Amino acid sequence: MPVISYIDAVTMALREEMERDSNVFMLGEDIGKKGGVFKATQGLYEQFGEERVLDTPLSESAIAGVAIGAAMVGKRPVAEMQFADFIMPAVNQIISEAARIRYRSNNDWDCPIVIRAPYGGGIHGALYHSQSVEAIFANQPGLKIVMPSTPYDVKGLLKAAIRDEDPVLFFEHKKAYRSIKGEVPNDDYVLPIGKADVKRKGDDITVITYGLCVHFALQAAEKLAKDGIEAEIVDLRTVYPLDQETIIESAAKTGKVLLVTEDNKEGSVISEVSAIIAENCLFDLDAPIQRLAGPEIPAMPYAPTMEKYFMMNPEKVEKAMRELAEF
Amino acid sequence: MENRHKNIGLSDETVLAMYETMLLARRIDERMWLLNRSGKIPFVVSGQGQEAAQVGAAFALDRSQDYILPYYRDTGIVLAFGMTVKELMLFVFAKAEDPNSGGRQMPGHYGQKKNRIVTNSSPVTTQVPHAVGIALAAKMEKKDYISFVTFGEGSSNQGDFHEGANFAGVHKLPVILMCENNQYAISVPVDKQLGSAKVSDRAIGYGMPGYTIDGNDPLEVYQYVKEAADRARRGEGPTLIETMMYRLTPHTSDDDDRSYRTAEEVEKAKLEDPMITFRTYVKETGVLTDEREQQMERDIQQLIDEATDYAEQAPYAKPEQALDFVYAETEQEGTR
Repeated sequence: MPVISYIDAVTMALREEMERDSNVFMLGEDIGKKGGVFKATQGLYEQFGEERVLDTPLSESAIAGVAIGAAMVGKRPVAEMQFADFIMPAVNQIISEAARIRYRSNNDWDCPIVIRAPYGGGIHGALYHSQSVEAIFANQPGLKIVMPSTPYDVKGLLKAAIRDEDPVLFFEHKKAYRSIKGEVPNDDYVLPIGKADVKRKGDDITVITYGLCVHFALQAAEKLAKDGIEAEIVDLRTVYPLDQETIIESAAKTGKVLLVTEDNKEGSVISEVSAIIAENCLFDLDAPIQRLAGPEIPAMPYAPTMEKYFMMNPEKVEKAMRELAEF
Repeated sequence: MENRHKNIGLSDETVLAMYETMLLARRIDERMWLLNRSGKIPFVVSGQGQEAAQVGAAFALDRSQDYILPYYRDTGIVLAFGMTVKELMLFVFAKAEDPNSGGRQMPGHYGQKKNRIVTNSSPVTTQVPHAVGIALAAKMEKKDYISFVTFGEGSSNQGDFHEGANFAGVHKLPVILMCENNQYAISVPVDKQLGSAKVSDRAIGYGMPGYTIDGNDPLEVYQYVKEAADRARRGEGPTLIETMMYRLTPHTSDDDDRSYRTAEEVEKAKLEDPMITFRTYVKETGVLTDEREQQMERDIQQLIDEATDYAEQAPYAKPEQALDFVYAETEQEGTR
């Protein structure tokens, strides 16, 4: 099986879906001739032409709104926000429109769009090229939010998102784009949206996380294993709506749960995970639920010292896992 | 009075149908206020004074294939596109059978897929980029349909108007943007809304023609929208049309317009009420006889009476139906 990078899995999924269905098209800033600022759409303009790989004006609300309009008449648009940080002008379109179109029309209309956006820090992106924005959207019924960690999951989940009948936000960790590689079959496959994935089995503690942090947890788990501590690593993959079943099952099994996000802690996706465990697993828990997250500051600063202070890393995760195991 | 409709290719029958649609919209609107003031429905958002522009425009479109994205005062447009009086009454009574939303949305938030009336929300002007997206789909698929979107002059200040108009201009998309300039955004008059003299002045910035026309004259509106539709179908891109009119009622049933405009101003505007001026036109050109008019009024009243009774008796949605249709229902277990 070929080993490819996270970003190449994005491109592969897009290419295969555009080959499969002529209704699939892409729109965004610099995605055409340039192939995207991260090169996620490289080669697609040449293969599919400027109409299906559409360079838009610098206009995020229009990117989302035009995608919504096209989706309502049968197209399958995949919109790109150049950075998740720049999704803000499109929030009204995403929340007031995309998320509510099926509901408000009593199932008469629907809105099958995908909005892709690179998120996350550790790339010297400072306040406005580093943020995690999922929490803004993670209490909006009607939306789905997918945040894959591996190239295999990227391909299967992006294809599923494009085929989904409802709007999907697909957040790609930009530091994972080239640093994370993995086996990806050339075959056509989809993975279920709304299902978490146990990336490592273990009986002693559970770590529940998503995105790049999954890899930090897996690295830390290998170190802990040398000391006889077996950690179970649950990759949420879809952060909204959450896969409650898998969360509850793993938390109940180990009784010790660490939740990790690169986002700020308060009101984050893992706060909701914590509430689910608290509601369902009280008598199974052997330790307080632990949350490891970014500090309560607006976003990560530019200087390497401060960026590193904010950013999650394997050492921070390992330390928190050891403390929990020893509780 | 000079017969103007023959010159623009409209038959007497079509002009009569336009007048009848305008009258129906007005009489429905009046009934809704009665129902509201008698405590039977909680809310009305009115289109009185805007019927001429709405109906004139709708008749200039291809009602068998074009998509419309109306805003919340566009009773005349949705009637012309096939929504029935009964359906409108079911909407204002918020009954389960309401085709717009099944009783989920406030009145005026139209949507009916079978008639290509695209679902709308309350945050204003979000529908402009949607219309542009529909036009983009038409262009990509080389289809002959166009999209038509309306909004108020206050709404033309929203980013989505500008982002959508620019996108349409860049890609020369088959979309018509029609502003219904009724002089007020709730209480704020047009001179406190627009930095430019006219909404249509904005068109040049987006590479499209812009016109300001008499929104009280359905024939003039028909003519301009028809020309814009022809341009769009020829691949020549979007058009911005600003129709001038006056909002004859308060903003909604919850608004009291006496706090921000004078009774004299409203009375003066009523002299230009298109229901009066266009009635004069159809009578004096012999399109509408006295006999036909009386019959028309009787028929409309009967239609509205029956629709009102039906809607009032119709059941509400069951409480737990509030849970339906958040996501597609066809999905497998575990994907929701």
